[in-house]
Amino acid sequence: MDAIKIVEEGYKKKEVPPFNIGDTVRVTMRVKEGDKERLQSFEGVVIARRGSGLRETFTVRKISYGIGVEKIFPLHSPLIEEIRVVKRGDVRRAKLYYIRHKKGKAAKIKEKAFIRA
Amino acid sequence: MKGILGRKIGMTQVFAEDGRLIPVTVIEAGPCRVVQVRELERDGYVACQLGFDVIRKEKNVTRPMMGHFKKASLPPFRFLREIRMEGLKQGDEVKVDIFSKGEKVTITGTSKGKGFQGVMKRHNYKGGPGSHGSMFNRAPGSIGSSSFPSRVWKNKGLPGHMGSRRVTIKNLEVYDVKVDQNLLLVKGAVPGANGSYLIIRSDAGLPASKVDESVGGGKEG
Repeated sequence: MDAIKIVEEGYKKKEVPPFNIGDTVRVTMRVKEGDKERLQSFEGVVIARRGSGLRETFTVRKISYGIGVEKIFPLHSPLIEEIRVVKRGDVRRAKLYYIRHKKGKAAKIKEKAFIRA
Repeated sequence: MKGILGRKIGMTQVFAEDGRLIPVTVIEAGPCRVVQVRELERDGYVACQLGFDVIRKEKNVTRPMMGHFKKASLPPFRFLREIRMEGLKQGDEVKVDIFSKGEKVTITGTSKGKGFQGVMKRHNYKGGPGSHGSMFNRAPGSIGSSSFPSRVWKNKGLPGHMGSRRVTIKNLEVYDVKVDQNLLLVKGAVPGANGSYLIIRSDAGLPASKVDESVGGGKEG
């Protein structure tokens, strides 16, 4: 195996919950404020996953007080406490950038009717 | 001084405990063998010649070089460099474990070749405006005055060959040492293309466990 992969493997998370584009996830992150640490969660739709290995990131989008907010998380960041899948989405695209231009019902993502094991 | 020879593998990034992403260069460092020892009495200085990257086919080595390796009863190496370290003897193995996490190192390599380049890329000249009818775009402009000095000053930056030159970067931090895989992670960038040879040095001496007391010029040497 090439050396870069060996290095990255050592810093990767042991277990990353399986989630996909279109899923609604709740990401819990450790946030440092001054010398205190607390947990902050961000819930929204995964609209993109990019990169590979240690450098993989995913983008979560939600509507907060009427304003679209997107956050990009490094998948293997040690600051991420938990990634919980709230809903499985049924989508046909790998990148859901089009929902940025949709409003209301058009921006809704269908839920997966059944989940294949 | 202590040092080792290596090869640049490439760059990546890793997470620090506090979640920050650290850019690192992965270097395959060693294992090297001491091919020759320079002594104060005979050579006028103390150093040892390290060899890195074994050449498997003997037909690819010139006869005189083969003789040099035979004398040390070692396999032929592609990359040979002297490093001013003492306390080692011919045939000794030098591995990455001479370095430890957090140490500052100096890395020397050959920078990527850029070919014949103009003055803007090569010497950071500003150039002229790109538009509005300007016909002075990337030219160097005036290179001197007439009555005095009536010539071009030495070291005036002019177009020419750029890159492919020996470059040394100091104060690079060792981010991690993986002794089993002979890998060294250094924070930040390192000169040269992936796969190019590097000399990694540090002003600090060899760790005590690595020094053979019976050889070398001693501390005062």
